[in-house]
Amino acid sequence: MSDLLKYDLLGASEAIKSKEISSVELTNAYIEAIEKTSSLGAYLEIVKDKALEMAKVSDENISKGVSRPLEGLPIGIKDMFCTKDIKTTASSKILDNFYPTYESTVTQNLWNDGAVMLGKLSCDEFAMGSSNETAAKGNVINPWLKHKKMSPGGSSGGSAAAVAARSALAATGTDTGGSIRQPAAFCGITGLKPTYGRCSRWGIVAFSSSLDQAGPLTRTVSDAALMLNSMASYDKKDSTSANLNMPDLMSYLGNSIKGKKIGIPKEYTQDGISDDIVNFYQKSINWLKEAGAEIIPVSLPHTKYALPVYYIIAPAEASSNLARYDGVRFGQRKEASSLDEMYEATRGEGFGDEVKRRIMIGTYVLSSGYYDAYYLKAQKVRRLIKEDFENVFKKVDYILTPSTPTTSFELGKKQDPLTMYLNDIFTVPASLAGLPGISLPIGLDKLGLPIGIQLIANSFDEPGLISTAHVLEKSADFNFIADGAAK
Amino acid sequence: MSNKKSIVDIPTVNKIARLSRLDIPEKNKQSLTNDLNNILGFVANLEEVDTSNVEPLASVTGHKLPLRSDIVTDGNMEDLVLKNAPESSSGFFVVPKVIE
Repeated sequence: MSDLLKYDLLGASEAIKSKEISSVELTNAYIEAIEKTSSLGAYLEIVKDKALEMAKVSDENISKGVSRPLEGLPIGIKDMFCTKDIKTTASSKILDNFYPTYESTVTQNLWNDGAVMLGKLSCDEFAMGSSNETAAKGNVINPWLKHKKMSPGGSSGGSAAAVAARSALAATGTDTGGSIRQPAAFCGITGLKPTYGRCSRWGIVAFSSSLDQAGPLTRTVSDAALMLNSMASYDKKDSTSANLNMPDLMSYLGNSIKGKKIGIPKEYTQDGISDDIVNFYQKSINWLKEAGAEIIPVSLPHTKYALPVYYIIAPAEASSNLARYDGVRFGQRKEASSLDEMYEATRGEGFGDEVKRRIMIGTYVLSSGYYDAYYLKAQKVRRLIKEDFENVFKKVDYILTPSTPTTSFELGKKQDPLTMYLNDIFTVPASLAGLPGISLPIGLDKLGLPIGIQLIANSFDEPGLISTAHVLEKSADFNFIADGAAK
Repeated sequence: MSNKKSIVDIPTVNKIARLSRLDIPEKNKQSLTNDLNNILGFVANLEEVDTSNVEPLASVTGHKLPLRSDIVTDGNMEDLVLKNAPESSSGFFVVPKVIE
């Protein structure tokens, strides 16, 4: 049985196509792995029957000589994606009884390409958080140093924990300010946030619409390429969807990066980064140099304003997006005698503390008298941050940074909201500029916790991002498996 | 501009909670006030950035929002639209009485 869990997504795909294994066998192995690792709390909903039904269809296809790109591969879905007739809560109490009557574009793309759905994965409530601790249904435990109960990161904490624990072959995530890349770094896996517009936002629970972007969490760079190939599409139902073809990312694996220019921004080596991360950052620079890349020091002068800009724009958009949870059309309702009291009671009871804080901040910065000083100011500085990147990308092809300032921390230890926000200090700038970024594991710190490195590319250069990340992955040769992974 | 940035106090929290349609229990108001002040303090360094000739950036895509033909696309899905409603009747969402 355990042999089946050893395949990564690409390996499993080849084994299924060559009829070495069946999708039903593989799916059963994953259902068993989900049960064995249930104490991690990664899954909110398991759809065993549906999974086996889908696996059976895949096996029938294979026997008929038909194989779609993800034929028979069992994956998990972050609970931010609406899945038809399957409970979708965004980890919030307010959506506790929500059964979408439609399927998100990204998940539909995955099912169309033959993927098998295992279930829905926990996340921070409405994807607001960096530790998965704001989830209404409780914490998710990082499979690394499992006994110490470390955070898997967030907001895609359930997705990252499941892939690291081998209870999903791959998973979907969403990233608004680092919600794919930071948990991927914390859990020793690969997480890719595509260019804004690559993946349709249609059917994804909205948090901050100018930033939200779906992407894969996987064991390897090749797996990320395979997943993103299917997830990305132009979609008329999302007005910000990019009408551009995604080249076949698999064909960019193994490309040389000789002569490519890698920018090292001086603003990303500040105080507060752990020594182990600094060391591995240096190692990564050396690996890229050995592979023939040219290392170029660069400056992104407005980096220190990225988090303040983010913590104005994201809450502002959230306060507007979350107005829809009104106890009228879907979700929970708390009865009250007047309409306004019903709204207030429903929302007061249904939302958790972090979500309420962000709605309050967002409402404040958009309110009369403060709009110009906060929201408009943040939008202006956002342009300067984007221009910083545009200037640097005139000189370099990719930017290399640490993914996070620290490795994972113990659950329950970081209570102050601002300290929590600092987790995303290296991931937020690329989000504000809409750029693609990937985090991949490159080593372990002194405690044995994974360290992630981030590569950022210019808009729509996912192909080059994949090539470069693949080279770095080979050099790092990260072959560790979490102690809490299914055996 | 900066003189408009007042420190948040409990009456402000009450006002913002009202605008946000959020029922905040009395006992949580002080800590929420502190949190909001900390966050607003954290974002205050934006004041030091000269943005006098900078246009605000609302979208990173660079493309114009597409238009579609002005035709009905609702698809006759009344049942599906109402399926998740806490209360509905005769094809309508039901809310507490709003007219005396």
